[in-house]
Amino acid sequence: MPLDNAESSTRKYKVVGTRPNRPDGVDKVTGRARFGADAVAPGQLVGLILRSPHPHAKIKGIDASKALKLAGVKAVVTSADLPDKTDGDAMLYDVLVNVMAREKALYQGHAVAAVAATSASIARQALKLIKVDYEILPHVTDVDEAMKPNAPLLYPKMITDGMDPKPKKPSNVVRRYEFGHGDVEAGFKKAEIIVERSFKTEATHQGYIEPHACLANVGPDGQGELWVCTQGHFMVRDTCARLLGMDFSKLRVTASEIGGGFGGKTTVFIEPIALALSRKANRPVKVVMSREEVFKATGPTSSSSIDVKIGATKDGRIVAGDATLRYQGGAFAGSPVEFGAMTAFAQYDLDNVRAVGFDVVCNRPKQAAYRAPGAPMANFAVESVIEELAHKVGMEPIDFRIKNAAREGTHSSYGPVYGPIGLLPTLQKAREHPHFKAPLGKNQGRGMACGFWFNFGGQSCVSMNIGVDGTVGVTVGSPDIGGSRASMCLMTAEELGIPYDKVRAVVADTGTLGYNDVTDGSRTTFATGMACIMAARDAIKKLCARAAQIWGIPEDAVVWENGHAKPAGSNAGNFPPMSLKEIAAQAPSTGGPIAGHHEFSADGAGVSFATHICDSEVDPETGFTKILRYTVLQDAGKAVHPSYVEGQFQGGAVQGIGWALNEEYIYGKDGRLQNAGFLDYRIPVCSDLPMIDTVILEIPNPGHPYGVRGVGETSIVPPLAAVANSVSAAVGVRMTELPISPPKLLAALEKQSAMKKAAE
Amino acid sequence: MSSIKVSTTINGDPTEYVCEADETLLDVLRNRLGLTGAKEGCSTGDCGACSVTIDGRLTCSCLVLGAEMDGAEIGTIEGMASGEKLHPLQKKFIEHAALQCGICTPGFLIAAKSLLDHNPKPTETEVRFALAGNLCRCTGYDKIVRAVMDTAAEMRRA
Ligand code: FES
Ligand code: FES
Repeated sequence: MPLDNAESSTRKYKVVGTRPNRPDGVDKVTGRARFGADAVAPGQLVGLILRSPHPHAKIKGIDASKALKLAGVKAVVTSADLPDKTDGDAMLYDVLVNVMAREKALYQGHAVAAVAATSASIARQALKLIKVDYEILPHVTDVDEAMKPNAPLLYPKMITDGMDPKPKKPSNVVRRYEFGHGDVEAGFKKAEIIVERSFKTEATHQGYIEPHACLANVGPDGQGELWVCTQGHFMVRDTCARLLGMDFSKLRVTASEIGGGFGGKTTVFIEPIALALSRKANRPVKVVMSREEVFKATGPTSSSSIDVKIGATKDGRIVAGDATLRYQGGAFAGSPVEFGAMTAFAQYDLDNVRAVGFDVVCNRPKQAAYRAPGAPMANFAVESVIEELAHKVGMEPIDFRIKNAAREGTHSSYGPVYGPIGLLPTLQKAREHPHFKAPLGKNQGRGMACGFWFNFGGQSCVSMNIGVDGTVGVTVGSPDIGGSRASMCLMTAEELGIPYDKVRAVVADTGTLGYNDVTDGSRTTFATGMACIMAARDAIKKLCARAAQIWGIPEDAVVWENGHAKPAGSNAGNFPPMSLKEIAAQAPSTGGPIAGHHEFSADGAGVSFATHICDSEVDPETGFTKILRYTVLQDAGKAVHPSYVEGQFQGGAVQGIGWALNEEYIYGKDGRLQNAGFLDYRIPVCSDLPMIDTVILEIPNPGHPYGVRGVGETSIVPPLAAVANSVSAAVGVRMTELPISPPKLLAALEKQSAMKKAAE
Repeated sequence: MSSIKVSTTINGDPTEYVCEADETLLDVLRNRLGLTGAKEGCSTGDCGACSVTIDGRLTCSCLVLGAEMDGAEIGTIEGMASGEKLHPLQKKFIEHAALQCGICTPGFLIAAKSLLDHNPKPTETEVRFALAGNLCRCTGYDKIVRAVMDTAAEMRRA
């Protein structure tokens, strides 16, 4: 595929890189945009879900007879209405069990039954009338506890994969992963300074402001429609159709506007239940989660326990890095520990490196992807040790990082050799940034960290229709979660050589386009954007053919320049250039509609690196940390719409700040979540924060025609460590547990002063 | 449950509805009147996505009952633009890319307008505290604060 990479660094762009208004802007500032919960269907019922109050319990029986007798109740479903059709697909089976508990409830909030009724109040009453007979089982919610030999087992037959020799006894450890190269033990022998520490991080929730919502409508003829807020409606279609035994093509799924996802809307929760209720009631059913349900039964990310050991020589060269990571992923296999282990050391150029990961289950909700899943906690541990090691070596942490930074040609810690990457430029720019030289006051400290994310390509399918008036409709299948329609229009306009406002992008339903992967892995601007460019090139070929036909010259004698078809040279003929609009106007008489298409699976997503700088101030009386200044420097490859690139940098940084300072899942001894609401699970608010400065670097990705790299995820990787390092610089205490909440920091400060006194 | 009849004014239009005693104003707006611009992010008064004004006062519509609204004047996001003319805040939010997903946007606009109605020249800190009842998970607030400050400056010039 010709990607014109060589051009990408020198090419002069006309519209890519500008900051036009987004196409869905007016709808979103007027309240007109329709999100998940904003749809209605005639005769719709309200669906509500009954959830387990116990973190671990056998379900001995469910009696819904009383609920069914209540006037207005039209259907009740339990796991019996969702027979296992997963055909040996273990991951899909886990989705099925998570959607509706079968033999056991595996976490507090696990769905056990659902009702559809003519009103919310009848549905609420009906839930109370469903009797579930539970046998309570012992539970475990902490990752280290869950790994102990005597821990309560979620799956009494589960033997850990990836161990040699294979363990004989069952445990809560699903699998062991290992990445790295070289000889770590030999490396540590060469080390003159070694720092070794253990870290813990709590689970955090993606915290999208829009709760999950959908409207299902299935008829007895096996045809159905589903309106849903999701990051991937094709995934929703395929998953639901398989779980319910429907034909893919008979279930049409429309993605609503989506009120945030951050990875948390890349799977299904309520959708199969709504469809099952609708099928049983033969009426449309709307299911909308409450915020409490969102906290208890969706998301969150893993909590973790991590050991890191890094050794260096006195001249500041790292000689070995070793990490052991333990992530619990809730009650099912699949915590992102594999990504944690792969990314932990990815920002360094190391001869000897090893990262071992353990995927652990416990009685918590099934983790869902959260922006660079698995990477932030690993980065927190490694970048904290790096900062400490730099101090012990006697180097400025930034110089220590520059000396050891991964660069083009580095054999990465997870396998591949890097092509052109932007880590060093972010570090160098950071050192020159005024933030880096600004003076600090009392109880204030500056910290930094570098982070990495792979980015992803995946499947995209795009259709592009040229109207006879010369305007262009782009049909994409990637839900727009943060302004991607604007980027699609920009790339299309750039390629066709027409103004931005002549292009409109829409997100099509599953009946309209071929399969598109979920909007995740920072893939949309990269992969769907590339599909737009390719579809535009396809359309250009056809536009040129029409011009050739009009002029009566061979097709290959026509070229496309600045939005016009032109004869390739003087011997091709002497015709004035024809604009897209002129060719389009003649479409009906030259062969009918003109359209471009592209379907592919994109490779070549360029990795992205960032450096973050954080200043914070600690109040030694209260243990409260205030972020004073924050700067994000990240490689975007090419920023298609710089405002939305900055937005990704800022949003990710602030989620990371929340993770570092306030956000955590708090479990009681009873295994119940104690803070399932925004009052007690505190995400950063406007008054907590300063402006978030951004610096966009553009080191072109050779895998994209314009050099684009995904930008959505890297920005959440460094903040945990950047904040922790700044706190440590402010008060001289190294915080190894997140969040650094005031009570925790206060306790650490008291311990420090007690130790100082004892030493005197 | 017995229904209650309520007469009120919404965005300047006289409006009557019946609702049940336990329905919030947010439920009424969204489910009975089709005004889905106000969003439910939490239903506990913590996210501000449901912000409206009641008799000019900024309020979380999830925290008041529909039945209490008899005689009240309610303002929602649907009433912010006048005809095809967007309010300056609406324009600036688009220009500054102060929204990513946009679910928080109606609430922020209502809260920001309420701030500027009372304080046409807010400092950054005043803006940040005035908007502290509205959660945005996407933007990190930077561009929202800029949009509000820029609107205030422009409205003062006008
Ligand atoms: S829905 Fe009213 S404050 Fe969140
Ligand atoms: S733009 Fe998504 S929550 Fe604010």
